[in-house]
Amino acid sequence: MVEVNLWSGLRRFTDGELVVHVEADTVGKMLDALIAAHPDLAPVIEAGLSVAVDGEVITDAHHTPIRPDSEIFLLQQLKGG
Amino acid sequence: MALDEVKEIVESGENYDTDKEFKYVGTRPDRPDGLDKVTGRAKYGADHYVANMLHAAVLRAPHAHARIVSIDTSKAEAADGVKAVVIGTDLPEGLTGGDLHLQENTLARDKVYYDGHAVAAVAATSALAAKDAVKLIEVEYELLPHVIDVDAAMAEGAPVIREGEQGPTVPEGMHPNVVNYIEFGHGDLDAGFDAADLVMENTYKTEATHQGYIEPHACVGQLGDDGKGEMWVCTQGQWFIRKMCAAVLGLEASNLRVTPSEIGGGFGGKTTIFSEAISLALSRKAGGRPVKLVMTRSEVLRATGPTASTSMDVKIGMKNDGTMTAGKVVFRMQGGAWPDMAPTGMALNCAFASYDLPAVYHEGYDVLANRPKAAAYRAPGSPMAAFAVESLVDEMTRKLGLDPIEVRIKNGAKEGTKSSYGPTYKKIGLLECLEAAKAHPNLAEKLGPNQGRGVAAGFWFNHGGETSVSMSLGNDGTVTVSAGTPDIGGSRASVALMVAETLGIPYDHVRVNIVETGALGFNEPSHGSRATFATGKAAVEACNQAIGEMCRRAAKRWGIDEDAVEWKDGAVHPAGPNAGEFPPMTIKKIGQTMGRSGGPISGHHETTAGGVGESFGAHVVDVEVDPETGKTTILRYLVVQDAGRAIHPSYVEGQYQGGAAQGIGWALNEEYVYDDMGRLQNPIFLDYRVPVASDLPMIDTVIIEVPNPGHPYGVRGVGETGITPPLPAIANAIADATGRRLRHLPMTPAKVLKAIKNG
Repeated sequence: MVEVNLWSGLRRFTDGELVVHVEADTVGKMLDALIAAHPDLAPVIEAGLSVAVDGEVITDAHHTPIRPDSEIFLLQQLKGG
Repeated sequence: MALDEVKEIVESGENYDTDKEFKYVGTRPDRPDGLDKVTGRAKYGADHYVANMLHAAVLRAPHAHARIVSIDTSKAEAADGVKAVVIGTDLPEGLTGGDLHLQENTLARDKVYYDGHAVAAVAATSALAAKDAVKLIEVEYELLPHVIDVDAAMAEGAPVIREGEQGPTVPEGMHPNVVNYIEFGHGDLDAGFDAADLVMENTYKTEATHQGYIEPHACVGQLGDDGKGEMWVCTQGQWFIRKMCAAVLGLEASNLRVTPSEIGGGFGGKTTIFSEAISLALSRKAGGRPVKLVMTRSEVLRATGPTASTSMDVKIGMKNDGTMTAGKVVFRMQGGAWPDMAPTGMALNCAFASYDLPAVYHEGYDVLANRPKAAAYRAPGSPMAAFAVESLVDEMTRKLGLDPIEVRIKNGAKEGTKSSYGPTYKKIGLLECLEAAKAHPNLAEKLGPNQGRGVAAGFWFNHGGETSVSMSLGNDGTVTVSAGTPDIGGSRASVALMVAETLGIPYDHVRVNIVETGALGFNEPSHGSRATFATGKAAVEACNQAIGEMCRRAAKRWGIDEDAVEWKDGAVHPAGPNAGEFPPMTIKKIGQTMGRSGGPISGHHETTAGGVGESFGAHVVDVEVDPETGKTTILRYLVVQDAGRAIHPSYVEGQYQGGAAQGIGWALNEEYVYDDMGRLQNPIFLDYRVPVASDLPMIDTVIIEVPNPGHPYGVRGVGETGITPPLPAIANAIADATGRRLRHLPMTPAKVLKAIKNG
């Protein structure tokens, strides 16, 4: 299981949980597992967001591997100028 | 290093050995585009001419918010030289989401949402004929109530700009103009404020500013009835142009070939489309004749993306010794009349990113207003956030009689800090920047009457992104690199230096070409400070692939095992005495004989680049304020920023100086000014005042190098962080000079004078 930290505004879609545990070994599988566990998250995840894995912010690389002890945060989608 | 080890590092995105000594990386050779640019040979967007070309002109709405009752184009269609007219209903229906928003902004269909919104366009045999014909188009509007200010737009009773656009996170009961709501934080906020000796809170506002690139948007589009077309365009991202134009016009992306021109600035504003699809639509209607569309400066300011205007509340707790105990921000940002354009989330993430805080809370509202569709602008959101937070930090520091740099060092984020937006920082260089700023001779300069000094820190994430690069060996041993990221800040020189270093060949034996969409796989634009980082990283790996092939061929030629050879100094060598006695096989020799050794040699690499390293900076500015006029003069300006590794230090310094110059304009002069009818009043550079050379002193720079272990040469992006600290640094300097705190940008002479006189 990996521990996923959500931003507070998503609590309303996860029964008040700010930290969600799912089974996944890549960012893509983690996002899929989040939707499976909490379907109300689907519109937010499908609209696009960034994920920080072990301190590095990842926007699109859903193949990025994650370990059970990885530090994972969901972030609003980042774009540069 | 063995190739499988390299592959593992590339995929993991970290742990390169960045402590090596380099021969080419870190030098300052001539820029490859220098001669073309100083002789006028470089071709920009408007410099492209093709046979049989038509010229376009666009009719723009003079209203902030109105329903289109009717459009009569018959007189324009009958005018001399006119070959095509298009309106919104000529574009395909059925689009949704972001594609629909792009299409709506390209040509209004039912409603116009801002002054300058395009409603029709003409293609004619000359630019003059097109402009004249546009005047013959008759549009009947039904005026609707409008709203410009972000706070007014989310207030009860504000005109509703769009229905049904609220995102799923917006709490029930909020005004329909609030389309996104963000909330996050960590720690015990109440306990943090309770532990403070001083708690202060204030509200800050910034006005919309434009990227102010010197080159207006320009393109030539050609599209036939068969749906196949071509475009030559000034852009930060040719694949984005292709993707977006294809979506707006219902084309297959691979049928559109997009070639980028040289680019005269973009700063994020050229990562999207505004009028490009119009040229293609006109071309298709004109029987496939190419159509040139060049925006005027007024069109650029009225109808292309500025950044958001903001209204921001900040609250901070601080102990008497300067220790920060808690921080809270509530940001309201408008990004025009379409959702998801204001950089609210990024602003929130950046707000306290420079600090190690036990408790933080962020709340943000993305709001619609009757303004142009905002676009990315250099570190989107971060400059405004820094203005709010760094202004209040400075105010509290002064109140407690503390040194502003020492307070930032005391609270500064470092490796292992839990960032304000959640993740734990890896190796970062904020403290190194602050220490270097403290030691700089500018801080020893004595200040005179009406003079003041301001300090601020800044941050940007940087970005990797989708990247594809090829390199090929010439038969004389020189190398051509095909890159997909337009050279907006020196990336051709930087990539050439990294390729030269990797291959061990002279810099001037490497040519980097920015290629069209058919020549490589998808590349994201030059945005997010990624071009030197990601294209450079991919180019290095493409070179490593070619080195592997050259080593294999030499080994075969010598009849020894592949593991018994190595690449160094531009040649294949036997790896040791046991490998045998062979003279080095140089890259020139390999190039001369490659046709006989197996054919052309090239390398290729594609990736969604990982290993991104954040960049922090610290700015110190000295100003003098004229107490009679309120005019602020910049006396000295210092930029200190972590580059990771400066591949070409002159370009890095140029990025630092450019960021500071833009920030100075944002702080002191630049703003969108609207009248009561919501019409933009200053859409020319005479009235929208960007800084010119005579406004600025020489901007001093210090490059800090805390190498990023996620890049083979330690690169962090440097393009964006530099615009983040100037807004608060100048506000802090004005406060030091006058004793007056200005919390609403820009700090024009009129505002400063009013503050001085009113106290």
